[in-house]
Amino acid sequence: MKIDEWLKSNTYHHGTFRDLAELVEKKQEQGMTISLCIPTLNEEKTIGKEVVIFRSELMHRYPLLDEIAVIDSGSTDRTLEIAANFGADTYLASDILPDIEPKRGKGENLWKAIYQLKGDIIVYIDADIKNIHPRFVYGLVGPLINRPEIKYVKAFYDRPLAFSQGIRPSGGGRVTEILIRPLFSLFFPELSAIIQPLSGEYAVRREVLESIPFPIGYGVETSHLLDVYTRWGMAAFAQTDLDQRVHRNQATRSLGKMSFGIIQTFLSRLSKMNVIGTIPELSTVLRQFQVHDQTFETVEYEIVEDERPPMIEIPAYRDRVTPTAKK
Amino acid sequence: MCHILIGMRMSFDAILEALPRYRERMAELSEIMLANLVMIAETPAPTFSEERRTGFVLERMNEYQLLNCSTDEVGNGLGILPGEVGDRNILLVAHMDTVFPDGMDHMVTIEPGYVSGLGIGDNSLGVAAVVTLPLILKDLGIKLDSNLIVMGTSRSLGRGNIEGIRFFLDNMEIPISAGVCVEGVKLGRLSYSSIGMVRGEIRCEVPEEYDWSRFGAGGAIVNMSEVINRIFEIPLSRRPRSTIVLNSVESGAGFNTIPTKGTVQFEARSESGPMVHQLAETIENIAAEVASHTGAEITMEVVAQREPGGVEFSHPLAVGARRVLTHLDIKPRIRPSTSELSAFIDKGIPAVTIGLSTGENLNEKGERIHIDPITTGLQQLLGLILAVDKGYCDEN
Repeated sequence: MKIDEWLKSNTYHHGTFRDLAELVEKKQEQGMTISLCIPTLNEEKTIGKEVVIFRSELMHRYPLLDEIAVIDSGSTDRTLEIAANFGADTYLASDILPDIEPKRGKGENLWKAIYQLKGDIIVYIDADIKNIHPRFVYGLVGPLINRPEIKYVKAFYDRPLAFSQGIRPSGGGRVTEILIRPLFSLFFPELSAIIQPLSGEYAVRREVLESIPFPIGYGVETSHLLDVYTRWGMAAFAQTDLDQRVHRNQATRSLGKMSFGIIQTFLSRLSKMNVIGTIPELSTVLRQFQVHDQTFETVEYEIVEDERPPMIEIPAYRDRVTPTAKK
Repeated sequence: MCHILIGMRMSFDAILEALPRYRERMAELSEIMLANLVMIAETPAPTFSEERRTGFVLERMNEYQLLNCSTDEVGNGLGILPGEVGDRNILLVAHMDTVFPDGMDHMVTIEPGYVSGLGIGDNSLGVAAVVTLPLILKDLGIKLDSNLIVMGTSRSLGRGNIEGIRFFLDNMEIPISAGVCVEGVKLGRLSYSSIGMVRGEIRCEVPEEYDWSRFGAGGAIVNMSEVINRIFEIPLSRRPRSTIVLNSVESGAGFNTIPTKGTVQFEARSESGPMVHQLAETIENIAAEVASHTGAEITMEVVAQREPGGVEFSHPLAVGARRVLTHLDIKPRIRPSTSELSAFIDKGIPAVTIGLSTGENLNEKGERIHIDPITTGLQQLLGLILAVDKGYCDEN
């Protein structure tokens, strides 16, 4: 499929799906269930609003969602208390599949959601979105409800960064533009059409989620795109413009850590796909620098992109009676 | 879905007795109101620029299947819930505009017990309540006899001078039987009279050829201080009660710069119409006199005004409102208002203003409202609307 052709046919605006009554009707006709997973770690400032908005608009008024779950990595603030107070199902990631040694990382929560949640579609929405709105969900599930051939829907935005003098109209996406899109352009040109490959908001069919591995760190979104692309091709993707996402801005140093994790995942995938041959064992230590009393110091971060296997390979998951797992 | 039908000839006592039965379901529905509250509050609506908030309000009204959902040339947003009989019209309003400009961060935070964000109490909560009420009525199976006109009003605050509601009442062709104005804060607030008010702005400008050796040299701030001192020397009568409030003073940019411009905003209030106009005239004279002494240019502009009036303490609407509040264990705090209520009073339409919840830091950063009282606030609104609907608040 040509990039321009794909962009034209598989890129949506959330406004396309704003008729929620119609969307719910189509969902119900297909006997489909949809779960929302919000992975959290210390998100007490934003989680309450997310839960209230989604429950009110997308469970009570229009039953688009069948389940809203918060899966937490071990917050030390009131994230879980607040989420439960406003009616979300709350889980500690370490309590899900307790026989498997727990790992810390956002990808771990996303992976365990496949086991814990019941929906045929799982929508992942980050918890740090300040301008949350129902469109974040209906914009993503819309293409999946309307087009059976689409399996994975990714969000994209004009991403403003909040700053002290109001809202800047654009910016952000530094890792995408400096790292991901150049890498995709080099190795998988079609994937460069995914406008926001690192966005934390996406909706995916269970049959896909349960059959792909999950890096638990920074590389989870990148690996998803590579794995789904390899197995199902570009036609399985769609992307939806959700207009604006206001969130915390990250320091450049944090983006360095993110990039380091993503590159590990990317190189490992390239090697497995025999795109670049065997790569030597890579260091897992990122080195950054700071000046302390006029002296340069090295700051080392150990960043290991551990990976969970496809959920379908976990016996406890297969034992659960789920339609796709039975197939 | 709860279906509790109100009989057409239900007594006032029966209305009051029914309110507790609705509480549980209303508490559940308040989640929908909270969601509306967030979306309203996150849509900036500075006075004279309420279009986006009007758009959201109309979208909701359309979804709730109100009739005639529309805006007008001053930006009000309204819809009509038709009554079973339809021979009377109740106008339910909440002002949509806020004091906060577009560029500020309007994001809302919900935590257990409270919601915080710019304008959340003044008046996003009021707007959320009036917009959600038709849905609540439908869910509870309540059908009104009267038409309920639900309106988010524009251009209320400051220089807006309640232009939105005034425009509507000036141009509305159908008669309004009664008005209910809803403010987010504070639960227990009850206004059925308006106080006379003149809102003015004094501007001071020091000319470029100003003689810095003359009295008052030191720039605009010194001139403004003189004006302010003189304002506070104005004798204020106790009966009718009168007062002057300084609302804001602005001048100066920091060290190393002599301020050449400044403004003082004030409100003169009185129970007497002539008295409030006299106060305004006195302040204008002070401005002119100080200008003549100092050579600075000092002018006063009246930006808004209200005439005193309203219904009597014994008017059935006032009595009925107090009964509803008292029945719900809300202690009425009766005070005159300068809000939308004044426009109703000017037209001789009986009306009240009520509040829905408690809160802090209104019109400041850190503004927040408490969630728990909202259900009681909504019960109060429902009780009041039902009482008006059944004619228990009519004068005859």
